[in-house]
Amino acid sequence: MKNIINSQWRGPWTLLKKELVRFWRVAFQTVAAPVITALLYLLIFSHVLESHVQVYDGVPYTAFLIPGLIMMSVLQNAFANSSSSIIQSKVMGNIVFVLLTPLTHMQFFSAFLIAAIIRGLVVGLCIYLGAMWFVDLQMAHPVYIFAFALLGSALLGTFGIIAGIWADRFDQMAAFQNFVIMPLSFLSGVFYSIHSLPPFWQKVSQLNPFFYMIDGFRYGFFGKGDVSPLISLSIVGVSFLLLAWITLKMLKSGYKLRT
Amino acid sequence: MQSSHAVTIAGVHKHFGSLHALRGVDLHIEQGEFFALLGPNGAGKSTLINILAGLIKPDAGNIAVMGHDVVTQYRRARQLLGVVPQELVFDPFFNVREMLRFQAGYFGRGPENDVWVDEILEGLGLADKASTNMRKLSGGMKRRALIAQALAHRPPVIVLDEPTAGVDVELRQMLWEFIKKLNREGHTIILTTHYLEEAEALCHRVAMMKAGQIVALDSTANLLNKFAGKSLRLTLGEVVLPIEIQDLVRHQEAGIFTFALSDMAQIEFVLAALRSQNIKVIDMQLNEADLEDVFLSLVGKTE
Repeated sequence: MKNIINSQWRGPWTLLKKELVRFWRVAFQTVAAPVITALLYLLIFSHVLESHVQVYDGVPYTAFLIPGLIMMSVLQNAFANSSSSIIQSKVMGNIVFVLLTPLTHMQFFSAFLIAAIIRGLVVGLCIYLGAMWFVDLQMAHPVYIFAFALLGSALLGTFGIIAGIWADRFDQMAAFQNFVIMPLSFLSGVFYSIHSLPPFWQKVSQLNPFFYMIDGFRYGFFGKGDVSPLISLSIVGVSFLLLAWITLKMLKSGYKLRT
Repeated sequence: MQSSHAVTIAGVHKHFGSLHALRGVDLHIEQGEFFALLGPNGAGKSTLINILAGLIKPDAGNIAVMGHDVVTQYRRARQLLGVVPQELVFDPFFNVREMLRFQAGYFGRGPENDVWVDEILEGLGLADKASTNMRKLSGGMKRRALIAQALAHRPPVIVLDEPTAGVDVELRQMLWEFIKKLNREGHTIILTTHYLEEAEALCHRVAMMKAGQIVALDSTANLLNKFAGKSLRLTLGEVVLPIEIQDLVRHQEAGIFTFALSDMAQIEFVLAALRSQNIKVIDMQLNEADLEDVFLSLVGKTE
C-alpha cells in the first residue's frame, strides 16, 4: 500500500487512515455497541410483534424489520463518526494539526466522508451477519442495497461534518443527535410501513429524507417498497449533493475553523 | 518563485469586532535568521503568527513564506512552514511516533521520512517515549512532542509561539540547543517568547510589538545600544550629587545611586564630577543593559 500512494495523494490518504485507525481503536464503542443495540431491538421487536404484524405479503415481520434496523444503524454511525471526530478535535484543540497542513478543503471533506461511509458500512455488515441467525434474508436487488447504503452513509457522514463544524460544545452535538438524528431515524419507517399511518403522518413522513433511504434499502431486499426506488435514490442523491455543496462552502470559507 | 525572504509581511490589518488587533504590520525575515517577536499580551503577536499559519485570515495586506502567499498559494506556503502552537494540544488516540508519521503524511511525506522522525525523537529526548500514548506523557514531554510535530515534515521556516511557557530550566536548555542546531543547519526560526533573556541570547534580530504595531525592529545588539546603554551602580552614602550628573540618575535608594549611561565615556565624566566634590566611591558596579530595559522603555510596564 505504501508504494502505490504518491506524495500528492498521501495527504488525504493519511487523514483517512488516521480517521479509520481512530474509530477502530475504540471498536468496542464504535462498532460492537451499535451492533448489539440493533440486535437487541431485533430480538425484542421480532419476539413481540412477529405473530401480530405483517407489513408485506409473504414477508415475516422479523425479515421486514432487519433492513430498517441495518440502515438506521448505518446512518447513525456514519453521522457519529464524522461529527464526533471533528467536535473532539475542536474541543481538545488538536484540529490545529490538520488546519496547519496543505490539505485542501476537498481533501479534508473526502477523508472524513470516506471514513464515515466505511464505519457505517462496517456496522451495517456486522448487523446483517448477526441478523442471519434470526432469519434467512433474500436479496432481490443487491445493487439497490449497496447504492442506498453507500449514498445514505455518505449523506449522514456529510451531515456529521456540518454538525461537527457548527457545534462548539459536546452538549450542542448531543442536542443535534437527540433532537434531529434520533427523531428522523425513528420516524422513518424502520419499524413500520408508512401506509399503516394516518394520511397526515404519511405526508409528514414523506418530508423525512431518512424514510427514502430506509424504504429504498428495504426495496433492495424484498423488491417491495412504499415509494419507487428510483424516486428514493434521486431524493437521497440530490440531498447528498446539496449537503456536500454546503459542507464544501463551509470548509472553503473556513467557517468556525479559520477565523 | 522562491524569495530571499523567509517571511514577508506587508500592510497586514486585522479586526476582531471593534478591536483593531493589527494596524498595518510590515516586516521581512531573512532566510536562516533566528528572529524574535516580542510584546506584551494583546500586542498582536499571536494574531500575526496565526495569519502566517493560515489559521486566521487578514482583513488587508499579505504574508508570504519564501515568496508564496499564505492565502492564495497556501498549499506551498504551508509546506514550507512548521508551527508550534502555544496551547499544549494533543490527540489522545495515538502514540508519539504515530502522531509524527501522520503529521508528516499530511504534508505528503511517507516512509522515507522515518529517518528524520527518528532524528527528531532523538534530538528532543523523546526516543524512549516513541511508543507512549500522548495522553500518558508529562507536560514537558507533551511540549517536546508538540515541537516534534511541527518539524515532522522538515520545514525550512519554523515558528515557535511561546515554546517554553511553563517548561523547567533543564528542558528549556535542551530545547534551545536543539533549535540552535536547526538554525545552524539553515532553518529560519521565528520565536515569540516572554523570556526576554532567551530572545537576547538566541536571536539575531528582534521586533517589538505594541497595540498591533511594530514599535522597534533591529538587531538585538543595536536595540540594546540604542535604547538601553549601560547602568552604573555606585554606593556613595548620604551625599548631595554635583548638579551636572543629577540628570543621569535613574534610581536612588539608601545611598546607592544608579546612573543610566549611553556610552563608556560617561563613566569618567561621573567619577570626575564626584572627585571634584570630594565624594568617595564605596562600591562600584557596571551593568550591561538587557532586552528587558529596551522592552520596558518601548512598551511600558504593562506585563
